[in-house]
Amino acid sequence: MSLMIQLDHVKFTYDSAKPLILKDLSLSINEGEWVAIVGPNGSGKSTLAKVIDGLLTPLSGSVTIDGNSLTEENIWEIRSKVGIVFQNPDNQFVGTTVEDDVAFGLENQAFERSLMQERVEKALKWVNMWDFRHHEPARLSGGQKQRVALAGVMALAPKVIILDEATSMLDPLGRREVLETLRQLKAEKDLTVLSITHDIDEAALADRTILLKDGEIIFDGQPEGLFSLGSKLEEYGLDLPYIDQLKVALVKRGIDLPESYLDQEGLVEYLWKLHSRK
Amino acid sequence: MNQFIFGRYIKGNSFVHQLDPRTKLLTSFFFIYLVFFANSLASYGLSLAFLALSLILSKIPVGFFLKGLKPMIWLIAFTVLLQLFFTGGEPVYWQWAFLKLTGDGIRQAVFIFFRFLLIILMSTLMTLTTPPLLLADALESLMKPLKKIKVPVHDIALMLSIALRFVPTLMDETQKIMNAQKSRGVDFDEGTMFKRIKAIIPILVPLFVSAFNRADDLAIAMEARGYNGDQERTKYRKLSYQRRDVMVLVAIIAFTLALFGLRTW
Repeated sequence: MSLMIQLDHVKFTYDSAKPLILKDLSLSINEGEWVAIVGPNGSGKSTLAKVIDGLLTPLSGSVTIDGNSLTEENIWEIRSKVGIVFQNPDNQFVGTTVEDDVAFGLENQAFERSLMQERVEKALKWVNMWDFRHHEPARLSGGQKQRVALAGVMALAPKVIILDEATSMLDPLGRREVLETLRQLKAEKDLTVLSITHDIDEAALADRTILLKDGEIIFDGQPEGLFSLGSKLEEYGLDLPYIDQLKVALVKRGIDLPESYLDQEGLVEYLWKLHSRK
Repeated sequence: MNQFIFGRYIKGNSFVHQLDPRTKLLTSFFFIYLVFFANSLASYGLSLAFLALSLILSKIPVGFFLKGLKPMIWLIAFTVLLQLFFTGGEPVYWQWAFLKLTGDGIRQAVFIFFRFLLIILMSTLMTLTTPPLLLADALESLMKPLKKIKVPVHDIALMLSIALRFVPTLMDETQKIMNAQKSRGVDFDEGTMFKRIKAIIPILVPLFVSAFNRADDLAIAMEARGYNGDQERTKYRKLSYQRRDVMVLVAIIAFTLALFGLRTW
């Protein structure tokens, strides 16, 4: 498996009088990995996303995407490999209608018109917004706007998709649908997904989670490992997943649970055994 | 804002709706220009007939056009009355101090009235049948020759279309800010003129700040999607002239010739 994103001792700050937003961050992400980046507000998650796409230039350190170190010259080439869906869909809508907006990135890359139409149709059907293609952004709900923003990035067929809290305005069903679509797409195209999120269930879907706090990586590993941090998670601005909340409640009521991490099935199994031993 | 008809678009599928926006823009401008050449009853009659035909072809209920006229009524009445009583000439029917009612005056007033009617209705027809974004496209396409003299046509068109796209978003936001300020006790509808103007500040300042933030976010999002300003771009939306556009061209040429034939020289 090849390395897709590599950050080497990256430091960044917006204001030199204040402490660094990213402190000596080193990180490598493989091609085809789904990584969730979690952390409290102000931990540098969004900044990290912008540094990866070359929208912000680090003070020191280097960023390497798909084998190419990010420089002034190759920045546009690298940007065509990385797609970002930002937080506030209202502010990233460029087009006057849904289909215009999805086509915007394709226009920038001087795609032929027939190819553009094909891509736009496909992308809008992925996110279930094809029927809304002639609508104006002001008439869409927050969730619908996020779907369109996602379609705009998908149409470009990037190698890396970064979701900067891009599902925060969707209802639970819509979020599940979008994430499921993304998962299918990832399997089809060996896509690398970086999702920045406060949603613990979204983090649980990832292959790997990275916990960021004050610009430093506190935890890097499988989601199970993150969840076994237990009540400490709340300090990092995260909720416990439902299953872990249940475990905390069980322990409080005097039921012993094993040290190792249990997922939902594991817990059910364990409780069965416990019950039949009585 | 609901009774404000100017700049609104009514969905439809009529002959006029399907015309290329460039055709509509050019034809209505040209028509307005021609109206100033009409100076006889017959030429005004012809112009009205042309306008009536266009209105009928748009299949939009007359009510909408009347609504479009409404805000202009005072201006029309004022100008017509001015023409009626202040035009000199022959024959004089009635006179009081400096006010005069003359045959020429009546003629002039009637003409001015029709001129207003023709201009307003034709421009209302154009905006009612063309979505604003298509108008922006049409402008870009028509301004293309200006590229030769270094006018940044693409930048102007992009600004125009982003501006159009943000109009409803900013309107919503204004409403939200107003309601938020009202809920904190700011009163917009009462007090002296000075007080009312002062009450606008708590709307304007947050609106400006948020517009700056939006612009920043939008610029970053555009850059992330590969927009760098001066690259060669293709266009997703394409305007193309159809047979009906040629028909309009023929009609406007015929109209021009007839108008100049009926005009008194």
